[in-house]
Amino acid sequence: MSIDLVIAAILTVVNITTPILLAATGELVVEKSGVLNLGVEGMMLCGAIAGFAVTFTCGDPDLAEKLPWLADWAPWLGVISAAIAGALSSLLFGFMALTLGANQVASGLALVIFGTGISSLIGTSYVGISINPFDSVFPDSLASDPIGKLFFSYSPLVYFAFVMVAVVAWFLNKTRAGLILRAVGENDLSAHSIGYSVIGVRYLAVMFGGAMSGIGGAYFTMVITPLWAEKMTAGRGWIALALVVFSGWRTRRLLGGAYFFGVFMTLELYAKASGFSFLPSQFWAAMPYMMAVLVLAAMSARARGGSEAPACLGKPFIPDA
Amino acid sequence: MTNLTRRSLIKSAGAAAVAMPFINRVALGDEVLKVGYIYLGPIGDFGWTWAHEKGRKEMVAALGGKVTADYVENVNEDQSAIPVIRDLAKSGHKLIFTTSFGYMDQTLAVASEFPDVKFEHCTGYKHAPNVATYNNRFHQARAVMGTIAGMQSKTGTIGYLGSFKVPEVVMGVNSFALAAQAVNPKIKVKLVMIDSWFDPAKESAAAETLANLGCDFITTHTDSPAALQVCEKKKIFGFGQGADMTRFAPHACLTSILDIWSPYYISRAKAVLDGSWKSGDSWWGVKDGSVKIAPYNKSLPENVQAAGEKIMKGWADGSYEVFTGPLVDQSGKERLAKGVRIEDKDLAVIDWYVKGVEG
Repeated sequence: MSIDLVIAAILTVVNITTPILLAATGELVVEKSGVLNLGVEGMMLCGAIAGFAVTFTCGDPDLAEKLPWLADWAPWLGVISAAIAGALSSLLFGFMALTLGANQVASGLALVIFGTGISSLIGTSYVGISINPFDSVFPDSLASDPIGKLFFSYSPLVYFAFVMVAVVAWFLNKTRAGLILRAVGENDLSAHSIGYSVIGVRYLAVMFGGAMSGIGGAYFTMVITPLWAEKMTAGRGWIALALVVFSGWRTRRLLGGAYFFGVFMTLELYAKASGFSFLPSQFWAAMPYMMAVLVLAAMSARARGGSEAPACLGKPFIPDA
Repeated sequence: MTNLTRRSLIKSAGAAAVAMPFINRVALGDEVLKVGYIYLGPIGDFGWTWAHEKGRKEMVAALGGKVTADYVENVNEDQSAIPVIRDLAKSGHKLIFTTSFGYMDQTLAVASEFPDVKFEHCTGYKHAPNVATYNNRFHQARAVMGTIAGMQSKTGTIGYLGSFKVPEVVMGVNSFALAAQAVNPKIKVKLVMIDSWFDPAKESAAAETLANLGCDFITTHTDSPAALQVCEKKKIFGFGQGADMTRFAPHACLTSILDIWSPYYISRAKAVLDGSWKSGDSWWGVKDGSVKIAPYNKSLPENVQAAGEKIMKGWADGSYEVFTGPLVDQSGKERLAKGVRIEDKDLAVIDWYVKGVEG
């Protein structure tokens, strides 16, 4: 294997992993606040269509003549819109699950259906169009040699995903606000009794999760395949959800688990294309899922540093009840 | 859903009594055939389901007021398809098309409950007195793509992005490989199955993988244009399927397979209307107008375009058959003797790849 091939394969790994990582990082914060939002797939689709639609509209040649700066900022505006769309869609879940105290599993599933439906509806006028992908913003000279290529040839969203994992780890473990969020997730009644707004904290967490899922969804329509097709996230939201659980609600494992998944899905494709047909194709296809689960399960099984599941996960909080 | 109360029941019974004479008159004069469609993907997939939807619309347009047609999209290929198909049958649809391989047993199960409803299962092979099967010979167009790739490839390695190892895909792979080998005997075909019909991110990753391993032409047997976008980015070439996908890859897309379902849908709906419908196995191709290819990319040299056209003409007049012996499989075993053309019954269940296919 040449070094160029390895680096090219790493690019594929990053493309598979980044949207899952973004969504999972958001969901981790949501779950740490004691809320189980299963609507990740729906929020990703909302972000995916919003990011695509805004990028396409801002890049419109007629508009660019009047507002030349707009086209330059089109992808950035697309990402921001994706975050807003994801956060707005999460409010639907928030209203049902937090304000009304409805069953969180049912509310989350409703959000998946809602997100799938509304993205398809808005998306009908964007079928069959492509946009310029939101690729690397570094000058080409930086990515001319293999090492430069390894570090400088990704979409800005890839670096954003890494930064957000670090920020979330720092926020949860080192800040007072993070402590409050965890307290709300561990014991909502106590947090409430010492004067914290449980519902308020959870709303913020849910919206953060929505925004991150939205950006994760936008990675599909703006980076991997710059086009819109219904349901194009193809179940990655569910994988993000599973990763949060299997990582034991820990950021570092979440990062590792997401990349395990990406590495094994890429290995699967290379193995197939190289003619390793001694194993059935379905086995290779199941490999990324199996490996991610096995590795994370093995890590969680160790005596030290097991799961950090929040005690109030999925329990509705109804004040004064 | 309908809110059933005693009062509304009485009301609707009254309305029915009033409407009854009119309904009878309509029924006596000109009965409208209700046709139902079960779709695997969303109608906006710009591929497989999109093409069926186009066929449905063209059928309704062609048969004027004589048919109406409904569809259900995003139906999974598992047990959950049964109630969906049953609902269509119960709600008065007399001709039901189930448009994916994975609905085979579900279609037969529901068909046994509704003997007076005609079912048509796309790409399957199981029949009943009221279940027919139909498919298009898409592999005929793959031979054009194989010819182009074989003539134009500089690396001598070309890629095939597949979904599942089902006969439909296997015959496509073989057709592509055999046509490429006919113009370049040394060509290698790399095959990746992604175990999904629609997963743009994985399709894209698989196309990247094929390109990284040296393929400079990639043909896709999955439902999104994702792979073509990768070809465009990597400055290699590809082919679309289901619809003309040039708009997604103006430089990379050399031509696309067009699935034309309307001739079949029109003929079958007509057959139900005039009472001549019979179960059977229809396998239409280039000569029936069911498989076409999109205009070639302008960048394609004229002699290559002419070679592609020659194959399309050959399919149309029957002078060409890509599965003509000698055919040898991957293990080196001879599958078809020299000069013999494959029979439809063998082609329909083909599960082996020809020599030269890797993967």
